[in-house]
Amino acid sequence: MRMIACLSPISGGTLQVLGLDPMRDGPQIRSRIGLVPQDDTLDLELTVRDNLYLYGRYFGLPKKQLRERVDELLEFARLTERADERVDPLSGGMRRRLTIARALVSSPSLVILDEPTTGLDPQARHLLWDRLYRLKREGVTLVITTHYMDEAEQLCDRLVVMDAGRIAAAGSPRELIEQWSTREVVELRFEAEGHQVHGDRLADLAERVEVLPDRLLLYTDEGDATLDAVRSRGASPIAALVRRSTLEDVFLHLTGRSLVD
Amino acid sequence: MSTSGVPAFALPLRVLPPIKVGRGRARLLVERNVVAYRRGWIFLVSGFFEPLFYLLSIGLGLNHLVGHLPIDGRSIPYTDYVAPGLLASSAMNGAIFDATFGIFFKLKIAKTYDAVLATPLGVRDVAIGELSWSLIRGTAYSIAFLVVMAALGLIASWWAVLCLPAAMLVSFAFGGAGMFGTCYMRSWQDFDLVSLAIVPLFLFSGVFYPLSLYPGWLRIVVTLTPLYQGVALLRGLDSGVLGPVLLVHACYLGLLGAVGLVGASRRLGRLLLP
Repeated sequence: MRMIACLSPISGGTLQVLGLDPMRDGPQIRSRIGLVPQDDTLDLELTVRDNLYLYGRYFGLPKKQLRERVDELLEFARLTERADERVDPLSGGMRRRLTIARALVSSPSLVILDEPTTGLDPQARHLLWDRLYRLKREGVTLVITTHYMDEAEQLCDRLVVMDAGRIAAAGSPRELIEQWSTREVVELRFEAEGHQVHGDRLADLAERVEVLPDRLLLYTDEGDATLDAVRSRGASPIAALVRRSTLEDVFLHLTGRSLVD
Repeated sequence: MSTSGVPAFALPLRVLPPIKVGRGRARLLVERNVVAYRRGWIFLVSGFFEPLFYLLSIGLGLNHLVGHLPIDGRSIPYTDYVAPGLLASSAMNGAIFDATFGIFFKLKIAKTYDAVLATPLGVRDVAIGELSWSLIRGTAYSIAFLVVMAALGLIASWWAVLCLPAAMLVSFAFGGAGMFGTCYMRSWQDFDLVSLAIVPLFLFSGVFYPLSLYPGWLRIVVTLTPLYQGVALLRGLDSGVLGPVLLVHACYLGLLGAVGLVGASRRLGRLLLP
């Protein structure tokens, strides 16, 4: 992400941003992209309004037009009432909205967002998603990194799953699910330690079976039929759930379940 | 999701004219500092009072005890002797605060420059902009101090009109050096080093008494310090006692500021654009 924003040298391969060379045309590229870094990096010595205004000035925008745009952005980020306060007392969600509004001040053609909703409560996340969706509809290209698969499913047309710095899979959310998972998943919970035994016994009922310490996952296209088959074999799980496959299943399948720190 | 209760937005957002990318963006950092200080102007003004209080205290009190000093064969009232030295320290004070504490806060705590560098501005713009701001603040202190000196009749020569550019050189030197040093600081504790440098410079650089009181080796050491260079330059101009040595002082200060600026610019690049 830093390489796209021309903030780090290219470590390998080739990179073009908006048809330009990041090593040579850094300022030109940065003038056309908006960056929402993982840390907000808002200017703590300025008010909410001045954060937007001066950021716009860094882009060389004329003062009069900039003032009008700042008012619009405050409205867009729902921060009009806090416009003349400093950044410090704002909540995490407000800061995030302000950071996104700040990235939009120069009307960028490309907006880069690094984990835009990490650490936010559900209301704040949904408001942000709504704002990002609007931008997308207006034709702004968004490049987002996220650990939230629901976020990726909501916002992304094209998705790249990264594992240890390598691309593990790429495609639309739908395509990825179709390619890497089944249509549905049956989750079964058994008494105590029996999961491995049950897993071996039911293995032929699904395309893939995953044994977890507390549950058994059967990947199948017809969840209800599979569950019936499980029951007809005399297995009696204490809890059973049939659900659709999600991107999270794809992600875990591709990158594994062990913790990566 | 529902947005009922939220006023209608004037979307799509206004699209502004295409941005021209060019040089000369450092002034935008100055603009930022002007806005940032609009609410804290009192802090800008306060730093000016320290040397002013020294001047008044010496003029009203110490001057009567010390009387005149014999300098270069002439007899000079003590206040006249001290005033240009205090002007130099005022120029130093004005520049050093923002160049050290201010830049450290923006660099390490608030990450202000990380945000700035995501715009068309580059590290060089940051370094030049911040040094310009320090220079502006130092110049403002110097002008105010010169006005007080003039009002108290402490300006002895017409050459004193050159005191302002000379004081600006002092600000430039301390701003540049302070900024360069700050780029190597790791925590607020390191700033004890700033006080450790500034206080002895102020007390021992010939602001209050001539270097001739020092033993030979110490005189050489003090002569090499930047505040002494500024004090000697300003004292020469204020009293009208000129000589080519003043040019040497001026070159020293200009060079120190320039080295600080280039060094800080490089170091900022390594810190912010790894």
